[in-house]
Amino acid sequence: MAVYKEAEFYELSERAVTVKFGDGIDPKLHARVSQFMQVIDEQPFQGYVEAVPSYTGITFFYNPLKVIKTNNETTIQQQVIAELKERIAQLEYATKNSLEANKIEIPVLYGGEYGPDLQEVAHANGLSTDEVIQLHSERTYLVYMIGFAPGFPFIGGMNERIATPRKSKPREKVPAGSVGIAGHQTGVYPMATPGGWQLIGQTPLKLFDVNRDVPSLLQSGDQVTFKPISKDAFVELKERSEKSHDS
Amino acid sequence: MTVEVVKPGVQTTVQDIGRFGYLRQGVLQSGAMDTISLRTANQLVGNDEFAAALELTIAGPSLKFETDALLAVTGAGMQPVIDGKEYSLGVPLFIPKGQMLSFKPIKHGIRAYVAVAGGFDVPQVMDSHSTYLRAGFGGFEGRALQKGDVLAIQETDHPYFNWMKEQAGGFVKALKWGANSLRLDEEPNQSIRIFKGTHWDRFTEDSQKKLIHTDYFLTTQSDRMGYRFEAEETLELKEAFNVLSEAVDFGTVQVPSEGKPMILMADRQTTGGYPRMAQVIAADLSRLAQLRPTETMRFELVSFKEAEDLYVQQERSMTERKAGIRLRWNECLKGAGV
Repeated sequence: MAVYKEAEFYELSERAVTVKFGDGIDPKLHARVSQFMQVIDEQPFQGYVEAVPSYTGITFFYNPLKVIKTNNETTIQQQVIAELKERIAQLEYATKNSLEANKIEIPVLYGGEYGPDLQEVAHANGLSTDEVIQLHSERTYLVYMIGFAPGFPFIGGMNERIATPRKSKPREKVPAGSVGIAGHQTGVYPMATPGGWQLIGQTPLKLFDVNRDVPSLLQSGDQVTFKPISKDAFVELKERSEKSHDS
Repeated sequence: MTVEVVKPGVQTTVQDIGRFGYLRQGVLQSGAMDTISLRTANQLVGNDEFAAALELTIAGPSLKFETDALLAVTGAGMQPVIDGKEYSLGVPLFIPKGQMLSFKPIKHGIRAYVAVAGGFDVPQVMDSHSTYLRAGFGGFEGRALQKGDVLAIQETDHPYFNWMKEQAGGFVKALKWGANSLRLDEEPNQSIRIFKGTHWDRFTEDSQKKLIHTDYFLTTQSDRMGYRFEAEETLELKEAFNVLSEAVDFGTVQVPSEGKPMILMADRQTTGGYPRMAQVIAADLSRLAQLRPTETMRFELVSFKEAEDLYVQQERSMTERKAGIRLRWNECLKGAGV
């Protein structure tokens, strides 16, 4: 259960402060993070530059020279914290109108050369490959945050029955779009990188595209589902996403 | 209006002040490692101080100028050489068309910056000219410069450029004034100052003392992403705990399980999942960026308030520097009757 403690603040740097609303990985706690993010997007404070939502809170980056201090006794960051506290107070009223999460369906071609570890995941959990696909694609997942690499989603809510440890030896190259499992987490690699996740499939969608207005397909707070597709559908969708790149 | 890369140097990239507004999409900030030197180089040639310049590392490139240019080389680690003659860091320099700019190593520091009046003409990606090496975008084709690359320079009609060109009369010319490293303290400060990080209290008291009293050796595993240190002493948590990934910043001191500090630098990932023991003060980041692998350093603990005050003081000094440079230029322009 989500525990709403009084918001805590941490000095990350002279230009960044983290507000934390609680502990742990919990969709209800994260809903508060998304709501506060929305409040700040609508009413940024003086000097605000950008923010990074996480599992338990948000880090706010600001330009210290643009923050207007109303009290000369305190630090610039104390002024920012005061501004954030004012907006947190408003949050108490805002929570009633909970936000409509953005829903995104990710088509996935499971198994074969696109998901070379599907067999291993099935075997490790005493399931058939069809059961793994079923268990992986029947749930709606929450994107807690984007981090680590461009467009890389930290997704929560995977069925424990398909949890599988990382590979003992990481691959030197995991293709972009690979859908994998690492312990209790599932995720998608936006770019080709080395990696140790168990690969169960691949999506033809581009999770990150420099040429899009918003390069990252997924954002913190989004709800994601995975939809099994055929090889033909994969090829067609892949061609389409390559073409949109050129236009 | 081009420059040809005859020799690329160890790692020469286009960097500006960084990429802002995209952290929540997982896109690194990137940008210059030593931002004071980047800004100073731009100020010296009359550019916007946050504009893109070349960041040179360890050994500089050889650049053949196919156009007249007003440039400034700041930072450390190397000194500009044109036509066999060495020039000081931090002075406005005019290089005539056809000449080669190369570099000679010097004993301290590791990174130098080359700004040209008008700026380098590379496309903006996500509001920045900075090179994001691992993702392969930004800067010059998303990578470090290679032999044979041809970099374009924006055409400029800036009065500083015009005056220098006239004064130079087709030769190389260096001005007798300039600016380079910024020293805020009266005593040269050798240690790198930090304030307590989010998880400071999670470390044993003994480890808190060790962090301050240990000589840290910068390993060759260090790069634009992060600095890794070696030391005899290791740092320990009172008890292990689960760190959920969240945002980190330039200068965040993380301590992975082997107990050696790691400082996140310009190409750090947007989020980190290791205990954050401390934060390097913003005013010491540019000095830290010039630390060479195999050199040793110590940390010194200050309060957040001191760190913030020093940052404000540094920014005030940069504003004064900008005004000072403008004044010197105006004297030059007047002296020449322009």
